[in-house]
Amino acid sequence: MAKLDWMDAFLKPGTVGSGGYTHLLGTDNVGRDMLSAIFYGLRTSFIIGLSAGALALFVGICIGLSAAYFGGRIEAFLMRIVDLQLSMPAILLALVLVAVLGQGVGQIILALVVAQYAYFARTTHGAATVERSKDYIEAARSTPLPTSRVLFRHLLPNVLPPLIVVATVQVASAIALEATLSFLGVGLPLTEPSLGSLIANGFKYIHTDRYWLSIYPGLFLMVTVVTINLVGDQVRTVLDPRRSR
Amino acid sequence: MTKALDVRGLTTRFETRSGDVTAVNNVSFSVERGRIMGLVGESGSGKSVTGFSILGLVEEPGHISGGEVLVEGQDLRALKPEALRKLRGSKVAMVFQDPMMTLNPVLRIGDQMAMAVRVHENMSKRAAWERAREALEIVGIPAAGERLKAYPHQLSGGMRQRVAIATALLHRPAVIIADEPTTALDVSIQSQILAEVRRLADETGTAIVWVTHDLAVISSLADDICVMYAGRIVERGTAEDVIAAPRHPYTVGLIGSVPSLHEPGAHLPQIPGSTPQLANLPSGCPFRPRCPRASDLCATEPPLIETGSHSVSCHRPMEAP
Amino acid sequence: MLGFLVQRLLQAVVVIFAMSIIVFLGVYAIGNPIDVMIDPGATQAIRQKLIEQYGLDQPLWQQYWTFLSNVVHGDLGTSMVYNVSVIKLVFSRLPATVELVFVAVMIATLIGIPAGIYAGYRPNSLLARAIMALSVLGFSVPTFWIGMLLVMAFAVNLGWLPSGGRGDVSSFLGLRTSLATVDGWRHVIMPAFNLSLFMMGLLIRLTRAGMVEAMQTDYVKFARAQGLPDRQIVFSHVLRNISIPIVTVFGLELGSTLAFAVVTESVFNWPGIGKLIIDSILQLDRPVMVTYLILVVILFVLINLVVDIVYAQLDPRVRLKGGK
Repeated sequence: MAKLDWMDAFLKPGTVGSGGYTHLLGTDNVGRDMLSAIFYGLRTSFIIGLSAGALALFVGICIGLSAAYFGGRIEAFLMRIVDLQLSMPAILLALVLVAVLGQGVGQIILALVVAQYAYFARTTHGAATVERSKDYIEAARSTPLPTSRVLFRHLLPNVLPPLIVVATVQVASAIALEATLSFLGVGLPLTEPSLGSLIANGFKYIHTDRYWLSIYPGLFLMVTVVTINLVGDQVRTVLDPRRSR
Repeated sequence: MTKALDVRGLTTRFETRSGDVTAVNNVSFSVERGRIMGLVGESGSGKSVTGFSILGLVEEPGHISGGEVLVEGQDLRALKPEALRKLRGSKVAMVFQDPMMTLNPVLRIGDQMAMAVRVHENMSKRAAWERAREALEIVGIPAAGERLKAYPHQLSGGMRQRVAIATALLHRPAVIIADEPTTALDVSIQSQILAEVRRLADETGTAIVWVTHDLAVISSLADDICVMYAGRIVERGTAEDVIAAPRHPYTVGLIGSVPSLHEPGAHLPQIPGSTPQLANLPSGCPFRPRCPRASDLCATEPPLIETGSHSVSCHRPMEAP
Repeated sequence: MLGFLVQRLLQAVVVIFAMSIIVFLGVYAIGNPIDVMIDPGATQAIRQKLIEQYGLDQPLWQQYWTFLSNVVHGDLGTSMVYNVSVIKLVFSRLPATVELVFVAVMIATLIGIPAGIYAGYRPNSLLARAIMALSVLGFSVPTFWIGMLLVMAFAVNLGWLPSGGRGDVSSFLGLRTSLATVDGWRHVIMPAFNLSLFMMGLLIRLTRAGMVEAMQTDYVKFARAQGLPDRQIVFSHVLRNISIPIVTVFGLELGSTLAFAVVTESVFNWPGIGKLIIDSILQLDRPVMVTYLILVVILFVLINLVVDIVYAQLDPRVRLKGGK
């Protein structure tokens, strides 16, 4: 990060600061270089988005596969909870959880996982119940293979394609959700800049002409999220079996 | 007397990424009032596209690139889209293969039929329902008034197909294109419907083009038969002539592979090879690679040989009896 | 139908009861509100008195029991920050949120569904492609950021619209609403548009997908073969069919829009319950949080119930099943 100097606060984009650096995107209210802050924030956003996505994927797969594999009451119970959760908007769950757990990277990730695993569980369960009825799973089940092996070696590869699509969308949504929580002031503190808290900070100066404090981190956020979604769309097209046939 | 339907040189092409495909290639045939013409071919032979082309309902990326479609002397191809739309349902109607899919699942039978009535005739909803009820009675549906209030899923497959036929008959069209309408039905229901269609053609004078891959069905129903292969009509004649004395080797193969036309227990011959890819046809006669009678001559365009009403497009046809 | 309703209502009561426990436990696990309420210099005696006044010294199950019996008597407690009855507080803020959500849902529906129909009817046209591209932005770009851009553009730079707050309130048909005044509309239009974007994007995509699929079906081809004009095919045949998934998503999104009002209200300083809940979370105002969450759960359960009923009305195949 570039050197910090109170004299450098609110420098316009392109100005040379006291440290001799050119602040391409200007500086913020405490003189931090916006570009460095954005890159730092982008890193935080990605760490949070990817780990929340990966964890949610893992939890979702476990729950979805177990429900599909065991069937009966276990299935009914697990999927009932998933359905109930899906009917609640993720933002609300995340909001309450962050409020309960407090602020910090770990807490945010946990809140996002709880808010998002249900999408993976539903997708896994849906695809797995279709696969379950097919002969090859029956065949694998009738051999003395351990349950976990049938689940992960036989069932999982076949439910992966739809999951990959959901995963890309959910990572984008996790990043957007984290930014929203931070913007609302219940996510990461400003000392730990993520894109959301940077925008929230810039939002305080929205009535002045210091647009760069909020516009630039927002642009980076938008490009990130839209790009991931477009990649997801592409993946969906490639994986669509109707297309490749 | 003008023919109910006269198709001349109809050609429909599909422009796809993998190249242009001529699904219907210079097809000509005609049907007279009250007659049933069977259009026979394997799947992919272009018989269904021919049906849709007659109604001008070919979907992207396909388009009709040439020919005439005369219905009672009027060329449908020369009409503007709006004028053509007004003839659909009133002069030319169509019945589809799968009765499960052709009726809208969320609308009552009566509402769907009344819509079809009122699009061509200015009348009250009530009167349209009455017309629909009469139409159902004509195709032999009991308790027609009750049926009108039902949703499609409450009727059996055979019943639904009767509803579709009744809908097609609402305006007493000159021609009905029936695209494999009995394929999805049970055999017993199928024969009922066939008998019904035969009766309706005789009584109403509607000409019917019966598109099918099932030669056994068509041999008992149709007056005339056209055999299609790879988008072309390879043989045409009265049902009797074509079944009893086929001249094109493909027709011979088709008839040979119908079990009911064979001795029980006898070996069932098959046509070797598989349906050709339309994008990748051999030169000359498209049946050449699968034909037992093929010679070098067949690499050139086959001639049309006519003997009375029986015509065949082949270099080396079977001898006429 | 009646049996179905009774069954669903019973289910709803169970869900609400279960949620009230979860919400109560969850919310009461957060920090210590006393630390927030009184200044750190207060004596231990005052501190103890407050703790007793709010019943915070009692075991959790007893606190829940007190809470529950109070709820039955229509008392959800007193806000620790505003020191007024929570019910009064929430209901004084509710109309503003309902207004905002109502206008947002209207905008989303009136733009989203026609745009989706068009995009599905002419999927290859330039306009359809533009609609689809915008719909991706609509539900992938975070709401608060678009809201901020709107404020920058229309309030700060152009000065056409106020940057936040609710407009003048006036009486209309016995309702006190800001939608009865021009000033009210000037205030609501920007936040409502902002809030509508997500739902609009979703409705566009859903409607388009339904249209594209429906236009390929046999019943559409059959209707064409009957000579029905495309306009009638779309409005009489297709819309009825695709309305089934649309209604389902519409219901779910109604709840989601209500939840997302939290974000929009914060950006536009809109004095609704969303703003209230964020403030209560930041200030650890437990009774307000509990009330808000229970209210949201009840609304969700109700919306789901309505969706199920409408669904059964639209799809005759479902109706038959329910009748048995």
